[in-house]
Amino acid sequence: MIIRLLAGRPILLAVGLLAALTLPWVIYPPVAMDMICWALFAVAVDLLLGFTGLLSFGHAAFWGTAAYVSGLIAVHSGLPFPVAVLAGALAAATLAVPIGWLSVRSTGIYFAMVTLAFAQLVYFVANQWRGLTGGENGLQGIPRDLFGVDLSDPFFFYYAGLPIILAGLWCAWRVVRSPFGRVLVAVRDNPARARALGYPVEKYKLLAFVLSAALSGLAGGLFAIGHGFVSLQEVYWTTSGQAVMMVVLGGIGTLWGGVIGAGLIVELNDYLATAGFEEIGIVTGTVFAATVLIFRRGIWGTARHLLTGHSGRRGRAGAGRSAAADGEAVRA
Amino acid sequence: MLEQAFNGLVGGAFYALLALGLAVIFGMLGVVNFAHGAFYMLGAFGAYMLLTDWGVSFWVALGVVPVGLGLIGVVVERLLIRRLAGLDPLYNFLLTFGLALILQDLMKREYGAQSQPYPRPSALSGTVDLGLFSYPAYQVFVLGVAIVTCLAVWYVLSRTRAGMVVRAATERPELTRALGIDVGRWVTPVFGVGIALAGLAGVLAAPMRAVNPLMGSDLIIAVFAVVVIGGLGSIFGSVAAGFAVGLFTALANLYVPALSQTLVFILMVAVLLWRPAGLFGREEGIA
Repeated sequence: MIIRLLAGRPILLAVGLLAALTLPWVIYPPVAMDMICWALFAVAVDLLLGFTGLLSFGHAAFWGTAAYVSGLIAVHSGLPFPVAVLAGALAAATLAVPIGWLSVRSTGIYFAMVTLAFAQLVYFVANQWRGLTGGENGLQGIPRDLFGVDLSDPFFFYYAGLPIILAGLWCAWRVVRSPFGRVLVAVRDNPARARALGYPVEKYKLLAFVLSAALSGLAGGLFAIGHGFVSLQEVYWTTSGQAVMMVVLGGIGTLWGGVIGAGLIVELNDYLATAGFEEIGIVTGTVFAATVLIFRRGIWGTARHLLTGHSGRRGRAGAGRSAAADGEAVRA
Repeated sequence: MLEQAFNGLVGGAFYALLALGLAVIFGMLGVVNFAHGAFYMLGAFGAYMLLTDWGVSFWVALGVVPVGLGLIGVVVERLLIRRLAGLDPLYNFLLTFGLALILQDLMKREYGAQSQPYPRPSALSGTVDLGLFSYPAYQVFVLGVAIVTCLAVWYVLSRTRAGMVVRAATERPELTRALGIDVGRWVTPVFGVGIALAGLAGVLAAPMRAVNPLMGSDLIIAVFAVVVIGGLGSIFGSVAAGFAVGLFTALANLYVPALSQTLVFILMVAVLLWRPAGLFGREEGIA
């Protein structure tokens, strides 16, 4: 009975909300802020990977662009921070239109490589455009301002930023459960059939791509304001990789999984950093490789599988090429 | 101008060697190896370690390191890559991404992030008179090795029985299997050879470029763009695109220096607009 109850959505939602509201009491508030930003970023990546079957390895381009745009607006205009964050998300969505238009023509592994290359292009542009981005010094001194209210205390800023993240998560959740989301899943599972049914597959993919980029931008913009600082790291490929890592660890195609993966990876990074261990890649890379090798359903996917006995919406990377892709290894 | 073109070809030689390894592995296994840049980095560090710890010369390293890395590649394929065969190829992409992070940070822990010096072999420290201009002998040597290696791989693939089997298995795995050829037997050696090529490029890079843990990661993303330009799965296309991108980048460096890092990606965009499957790729080859 308890299991049934736990699997119920309203209870889950309540538990999630409670966790989000109490987080800065339990965890050092700046880390809590990182967690919720990365959570939305991971969910945005999952929207594309889990529900459209497109693995983007270049979402740092959107997260980072939004971070720079939000930061610049906050520095130069003094507008309240939510406006800067929204502008950042808008910039990310705008950038996603040409990148997405060029990328969605390719699928699977090709798509991953092309998006990665685009993100690297954005990285080099950010690196060379020193006058605007500060290059390797980064963009510094971003104020945290809301109609003159000083939010420099990270504890209070967490609560100021949380509604933005929740709105983003709600948006992702709505998209997945909308008719549009159902079409995306159809495009993921069988693009040929979706096309035969009259759905313009590329248009749906592009729209999902832009939506995902906008949500990533929302998260990236808030991240920039939260840190008061944007570094080149935000547009670097490791950032794209980390978001994908969170999704895979939490469970592809689960949405909740991204949130959990983000929480765990941010906590792990913070723990290693405070322990003075700089080569974080050794640990995160191992966790990631192990997840891919033996634990492909991810944490949330596995939990759901164990609790409800079915894997629900099938977490599958890629464009549904092989029916065996659903977590079970088939040895060649 | 001509000298810049030569610089471009030398830079392109690294692209070509890495793209060749990537393409061979992709053709046979359907895996895009994200760790390819990490193995290139290990190649450079292999030469560096051999020299500083055992005093082994560049010439010995040039032979030993690629073979050693090839063997490591064989182990990686057997232990890890193979376990995900038959699944969506994205899983192996993700696995090799994790592997790249691990290798990169392991070397960082051991040697730090700063660059290590590696001296040029004394026999190649001078310059060569190329008629119109004189050029560092080492760079000429790198270009020569890259071209000979690409030709050798081409020869093996097109003129030998082993190459015939590999090509057949790349293009029509089911049919090849139906003809009684054990395709699975070729997967591991091909992966090893691909990694060995990355290792060779790494050893060649050691005296020319900075030996540091991050040298592979930025390069590999540019090589991905090169492979997209050439056409994923087209071995000839990858090599040709490698040299061409090197050449264009060097010429761009001459006229518009700001473009030198981004040009490869801009070329990729142009190719995607014009031929989404790459210059030498087949439409059906997109997977």
